[in-house]
Amino acid sequence: MSASMRIVNGQVYDPKNNIDGEVKEICVEDGKIVDSVSDEATIIDAKGMVIMAGGVDIHCHIAGPKVNLARKLTPEARRHDPHPSTPFTRSGSGGTTPSTFAAGYRYATLGYTTAMEAAVSPIGARHVLEEFEDTPIIDKGFYVLLGNNIFLHNLIREKRIEEFDQAVAWWVNATKAYTVKLVNPGGDEPWKGKRNSNVSNIDEKSDDDTLSPRQIIEAFIKTVNKQGYPHPPHIHCNNLGHSGNYITTLETMKTAGDLRAHIAHIQFHSYGGEVGKNPISKAAEIAEYVNNHPNITCDVGQVMFGDSTIMTADAPLAYVLKGHSKGKWVNADTECESGCGILPFAYQEHIYVHTLQWAIGLELFLLSEDPWRIVLSTDHPNGGSFMAYPKLIKLLMDEKFRREEMKRVNQKALLNCSLPELKREYTLSEIAIITRAGPARALGLETKGHLGVGADADITIYDLMDDKELMFSTPRYVIKSGNTMIANHEFKTDSKGKVYHITPDYDNKIEESLKPFFEDYYSIEFSNYPVDDRYLHQHEIIKTKTS
Amino acid sequence: MALHLKLHTQPDVPLEADCISPDRMQSLKNNEISSMTVFHGNRQVKLGDFFDCKGTFDGEITIDGDLSNIKHIGASMSLGKIIIEGSVGLHTGAGMQGGEIIIEGDASDWLAAEMLDGKITVKGNAGHMTGCGYRGSSIGMQGGEIFIHGNVKNETGHVMRRGLIVVGGDSGDFTGVNMIAGTIIVFGTMGIRTGAGMKRGSIISFNEAEILPTFSRNCEYQPTFIRFYAKYLEKNGFLVDPSYANGSFERWSGDSVEINRGEILLSKHKNK
Repeated sequence: MSASMRIVNGQVYDPKNNIDGEVKEICVEDGKIVDSVSDEATIIDAKGMVIMAGGVDIHCHIAGPKVNLARKLTPEARRHDPHPSTPFTRSGSGGTTPSTFAAGYRYATLGYTTAMEAAVSPIGARHVLEEFEDTPIIDKGFYVLLGNNIFLHNLIREKRIEEFDQAVAWWVNATKAYTVKLVNPGGDEPWKGKRNSNVSNIDEKSDDDTLSPRQIIEAFIKTVNKQGYPHPPHIHCNNLGHSGNYITTLETMKTAGDLRAHIAHIQFHSYGGEVGKNPISKAAEIAEYVNNHPNITCDVGQVMFGDSTIMTADAPLAYVLKGHSKGKWVNADTECESGCGILPFAYQEHIYVHTLQWAIGLELFLLSEDPWRIVLSTDHPNGGSFMAYPKLIKLLMDEKFRREEMKRVNQKALLNCSLPELKREYTLSEIAIITRAGPARALGLETKGHLGVGADADITIYDLMDDKELMFSTPRYVIKSGNTMIANHEFKTDSKGKVYHITPDYDNKIEESLKPFFEDYYSIEFSNYPVDDRYLHQHEIIKTKTS
Repeated sequence: MALHLKLHTQPDVPLEADCISPDRMQSLKNNEISSMTVFHGNRQVKLGDFFDCKGTFDGEITIDGDLSNIKHIGASMSLGKIIIEGSVGLHTGAGMQGGEIIIEGDASDWLAAEMLDGKITVKGNAGHMTGCGYRGSSIGMQGGEIFIHGNVKNETGHVMRRGLIVVGGDSGDFTGVNMIAGTIIVFGTMGIRTGAGMKRGSIISFNEAEILPTFSRNCEYQPTFIRFYAKYLEKNGFLVDPSYANGSFERWSGDSVEINRGEILLSKHKNK
């Protein structure tokens, strides 16, 4: 049990509770924020410091079979970036796909205390939960990939919607997931069946199919909203990275109607221009739609210059990119339910497309009128490592710095976007929203992202500095569940975070349909497929309407 | 007097001694050098447990003894000179950025792996993976010079990007495999699959060699630059018969599984 604690004299930024830089006491007891504590409580003097809730990363890739493949694919990154142990913490290795231990500790050193693994094939769920157990400090959860699931496609195709609802809930229960993830829905299967095949618009049906991506997206949005998951379907739209894909993105959002949907790494889906030619920015059109539709949340997937690792269930995308990078790469077929592609990548300032991607991400942030619905992410490690978040924050908060950076990039790309005209600077309160309060709200995690009474005592205390990159790189204190993990920039203890998952109700009868399918098409016995509770270790169930 | 290290106790398992480097030792007193930590297997021990240390650093470190169980000597060094009086273990000069290493005996595997600059001379033989990239790395040696008077084993110059490797004797299989650029000169014979997957760069041999079917023969000619190389090699202690240097070479280009811009030059001198 954590000790009681009183944090005094700090400027508190807690947007959910309308606190904007006021000097206010924060009291902690038994891992929760409380009204008051006894006089014996430990006191932390946060004079000259900024207090925020622990950061929440709504979209990252930090665990599971695909991350492990990436780790194995880049031994040089491990050699060049060792993560030494401390008296309290274990060693690991870094790079853009850090080892489990390093991932947890490095998130903590940025003041992040929750991170959601954004794409897990159901068959990889057991592996992810085992890696979560070894990812220290942060709380986590994952989204299960169901957008290219053959069994579910069959149900939609045959209009067996009631069974579809039950099957989705069964899969979420069987994998201990937090919500469903759609990646290039309907795109993987054609690619797996036919070389270089993909879908290029949301209403396209492949040669031998009667199902379009729109039908798949619509079915998932309806079932997830009907069952009241805390986080709506997390959608990686079709056509990622292709010029002109903003039309697909707009159509995907329109498909949701007024139902909740989350669009992942929306920067990668905001390109105009003609297919096969250089893209132009359509950030304004995308931002306008998001601004006007409160049912839509999104994370940006900002590109940061430097090393990254493309890591996606969008197998056809990875196959296209490997043709550009000409380096090492992996494509994998994940039975009847997903695909996978991985390749090391580097974003470079002098390249038109890379600069445009960087600029579009910043445009989306700066054009957003509601910071509660746009979340800071780099789609780690696709757009860059989460370790680049402090620099991204500085780009948003410091127009002068942004202009200096603009001098170093491809100038032609800047002519095709509105970034040079944008003067907005984010405030500390807005940063608290896009890094904590907003993602926690979008995830339906009521005890995260704020410092009100009853919230989890996940607290980050930064020294207030002019250089916001330095400030957000080096929190002075990080408190997780009431325990001081980092004090004066050094780890003081270690801990295991918990796993968040949901348990939507379903009718067991669906197993009568599922079992024969597994016997015919899966390499794994039906009875061995669901992940049992002992893989959950420390966990918490977040309620749905039907659980 | 140069700084002098003498191995007094042979380690049971390899000693990881990347601290033996002019960069690390230049400003230390002898007792501080003896207190530097090294890994003996998985245990941290003091350098002084294995080496006697005498003299003062004047830009040069000489090391005596059979160092074939000592790894990483001169790794990442950027200045000064190390003279190894005997043979030396794995990873010597790995990631070297400058300075010079002279090895009077043999060098083991991974000599000058991912070297950036500097010069290494081996009077004896060298092992596998000389001047190569470590597994997973897309780029190996990026600069500098490696002169080996004896033989080398397999994968010399693997993913080499820049620089010069000269082998006075024979080289093993896969010489210059996946080479990106740079120059490898082999006085003796080369093993099989020379230049497999090479993008650019030159592999020059004074002997015949088995050429992969993905290479194509271009011509026979007398490249002028070989004469310049010959003079430079003579300065570095190699004897080059002028009739080889001035003679004809058969040029093969490849590897066509890559971008086909590499070359293998094989001496056609008739008086072999």
